[in-house]
Amino acid sequence: MTLDALLQVDRAGLDLPLTVNPGEVVALLGPNGAGKTTALRTLAGLLPLRDGHIRLGDQPWDQPPRTFLAPQRRTVGVMFQDYLLFDHMSVLENVAFGLRARGTSRSEARSTALTWLLTVGVAEYALSRPRSLSGGQAQRVALARALATTPDVLLLDEPLAALDAATRHRVRTELARHLRDFPGHTVLVTHDPLDAMVLADRLVILEDGKVTQTGSPRDVAQHPRTDYIAHLVGLNLLHGNANGTAVILDNGNHLTLAAPAQGQVHVAFSPVSVSLSPVESTAPNTWRASVTGVEQHAHTTRVHLDNTVFADLPPTTVATLDFTKPLWASINPSDLRAY
Amino acid sequence: MNKRRVSKGRLPVALVLPAVVGLAFLLVPLVGLLARTQWADLPSRLFSAEVGEALQLSLVCASVATVVCVVLGVPLAWLLARGDLPGRRFIRALVTVPLVLPPVVGGVALLLVLGRRGPVGELLDGWFGISLPFTTAGVVVAEAFVAMPFLVISVEGALRAADHRLEEAAATLGASRWLTFRRVTLPSVMPGVVAGTVLCWARALGEFGATITFAGNFPGKTTTMPLAVYLALESDPQAAIVLSVVLLTVSVAVLASLRERWVAG
Amino acid sequence: MLRLTAVALVAALALAGCSDTSTPGAPSSSAPPKVTGQVAVFAAASLTEAFGTIKKDFEAANPGVTVTFNFAGSSALAQQINQGAPADVFASAAPANMQQVTDAVSPVTFVKNELEIAVPKGNPGKVTKLADFADANRKIALCAEQVPCGAAAKKAFAAAGITAAPDTLEQDVKAALTKVRLGEVDAALVYKTDVKAAGADVEGIDFPEAAKAINDYPIATLKKAPNAPGAQAFVDYVLSDKGKAVLAAAGFSAP
Repeated sequence: MTLDALLQVDRAGLDLPLTVNPGEVVALLGPNGAGKTTALRTLAGLLPLRDGHIRLGDQPWDQPPRTFLAPQRRTVGVMFQDYLLFDHMSVLENVAFGLRARGTSRSEARSTALTWLLTVGVAEYALSRPRSLSGGQAQRVALARALATTPDVLLLDEPLAALDAATRHRVRTELARHLRDFPGHTVLVTHDPLDAMVLADRLVILEDGKVTQTGSPRDVAQHPRTDYIAHLVGLNLLHGNANGTAVILDNGNHLTLAAPAQGQVHVAFSPVSVSLSPVESTAPNTWRASVTGVEQHAHTTRVHLDNTVFADLPPTTVATLDFTKPLWASINPSDLRAY
Repeated sequence: MNKRRVSKGRLPVALVLPAVVGLAFLLVPLVGLLARTQWADLPSRLFSAEVGEALQLSLVCASVATVVCVVLGVPLAWLLARGDLPGRRFIRALVTVPLVLPPVVGGVALLLVLGRRGPVGELLDGWFGISLPFTTAGVVVAEAFVAMPFLVISVEGALRAADHRLEEAAATLGASRWLTFRRVTLPSVMPGVVAGTVLCWARALGEFGATITFAGNFPGKTTTMPLAVYLALESDPQAAIVLSVVLLTVSVAVLASLRERWVAG
Repeated sequence: MLRLTAVALVAALALAGCSDTSTPGAPSSSAPPKVTGQVAVFAAASLTEAFGTIKKDFEAANPGVTVTFNFAGSSALAQQINQGAPADVFASAAPANMQQVTDAVSPVTFVKNELEIAVPKGNPGKVTKLADFADANRKIALCAEQVPCGAAAKKAFAAAGITAAPDTLEQDVKAALTKVRLGEVDAALVYKTDVKAAGADVEGIDFPEAAKAINDYPIATLKKAPNAPGAQAFVDYVLSDKGKAVLAAAGFSAP
């Protein structure tokens, strides 16, 4: 049973083909306003499609203009960005709500809900009100509530965005474990590349409503195809035309590759492999660069060059450079990856 | 630091002055009423049959009218806040008409429709032998007509302010719209419903114009406290003052007890 | 028909008034001091129509005078006057209310008002006599005892030895009449003048016991009248033949 969708909505100009296999976790990764949440809402049935389709196996969920299955009749579990727990119910009642709504008896619903609270590790708060929970606890309750009805499709909207950094770190690995155990189809929406990489089996990059790249986290991280993704994974990305080891970049500059390539290529390289020197050298891939910005980036200093490339330098090196004087930047051809 | 505390502590005169005048404006007439009350007569008047009858009738009718308003008004508020019916703004404006309509005119309107010559009243009379004017049921109808907008406006405001994404969450959990309304929407707007109910009850308790016009005035049947006060004013202003003080005390007591219960809960 | 006559009468009076003032060149020295300004008249609600006509005539006869009215229940008016309301004239529907006003200067009864049975057009309840008011199956409206028409009704029933079975005790005579007009009650006991003012919607039925419950209407100027000459002139006009004619046309009987 495959979740097969072509999500087309006027709002955000969304046009997104999406296929999710059982047990697979697909992350929709993109900047704010790319249409990720809109896509999720169409899958949940909270927003009808203008065109396209959503099918689970042979069951149509949305197929304009004829078919539209209301959200309460879809076998989905949704975890909302700010969880949307019901404040007037206890934690246990929150988790049992979906089961009760689908006709399970009260006692059975409560016992199942408690099992889920045990699974996610917040059973001791079963009788508390959601308002009294910490962010991490509320996140787990929301997950338990979404999973309690054993949905076919699990939808997560920015599942970690509401958490502080320390909690986030811990909850992320936990969530990854729960998602691995979940046998259904998972679609998660995030703007955080790390969340996407850790949680998902496959990434779908969404920019302005359109898919710009899709692939395994590893593939996307190594071969970014748009500036947005390159920036997310921390690589420099240049575009040009290769003829053997010589590349003429779109901005007119030249690069020399270690391995030959042909035609339109993306050239990616790590900012760590860029070096800066006050002395001009004759080595390949050396150019005169002007510094357009400097910022502290973890344990290195990130230096922006000509607004196109950035170099990560150890602070000790930075101390020896005078950014007001001419500088020469260079990259070893073997550090360049063309594809 | 010090200067800052001072400037924070001083309230703007432009606000305080009108506020104090406004408060005085509301309270002074009440104080005047209490000052003119002949307290010595109070017990004897209080326990007279007429006062007891009128008070009991007032409380029963206002409460029944409030129940009617809640049963009909909460769904109406929901429809106005959530339903995608055409002309919703226009309907909302219509709902508020009884707020601005002089109650006497409301009473005449009720007579024209529900009176024995009115289109609905004729049917009620012909089919079921029910005649509303000059009956206790008529009092309830008149009070509900005038008081319902208070409830609808209050509940609708609460519904609009409530996070409707909670309802979406309920839907994704498999809840029908009715279950969502009962278990999610209604509890989340409960403070608004309570406030609206209290307002509605208070308005019904003080209702005069529509009641006397539609239901008439007959002791034990349709003479509620405000009617008794008005008629007493014609012949015996002291009695009117006592009746007013009773009405005032009862409503303040009920509102205060309600409030405490809900604040504690 | 009656209405038509009344209109004709009023028109004639108005013309007469005009002809009086159409000789402005010769203000005779024997005439009372010229009245001007505002005259505030506090009058019982049942006088609304008749006094409206009188105001027109009076103003026409005395250019420069404006009459302003405050029509309400007599007891409410008495209270207002006692609380210091700036009234020049008080016309009450009952002597009792006039007595409450300590400032009244020698009140005179200027008209009487009789009760009449009012029934909706066509008399659906087939009411013919006062005894029909005792029938519990008929819908009956009376005035509350606290207001003059209710007190008068009580007297009439006492005189006739009838125990009425009303469905509602209205707060004033106009409210009782409204119930008749809308057909919500089969009969009400109201004043003749009210039946007349209600026009075609309401039919009046005379009954002999009415003679036992006649209401005297006193009128008086007030001691603290802001416009004493105006007040006196208005009262004089009401008591004049012209004023009496207007009141008679409205259904009032002479004292």
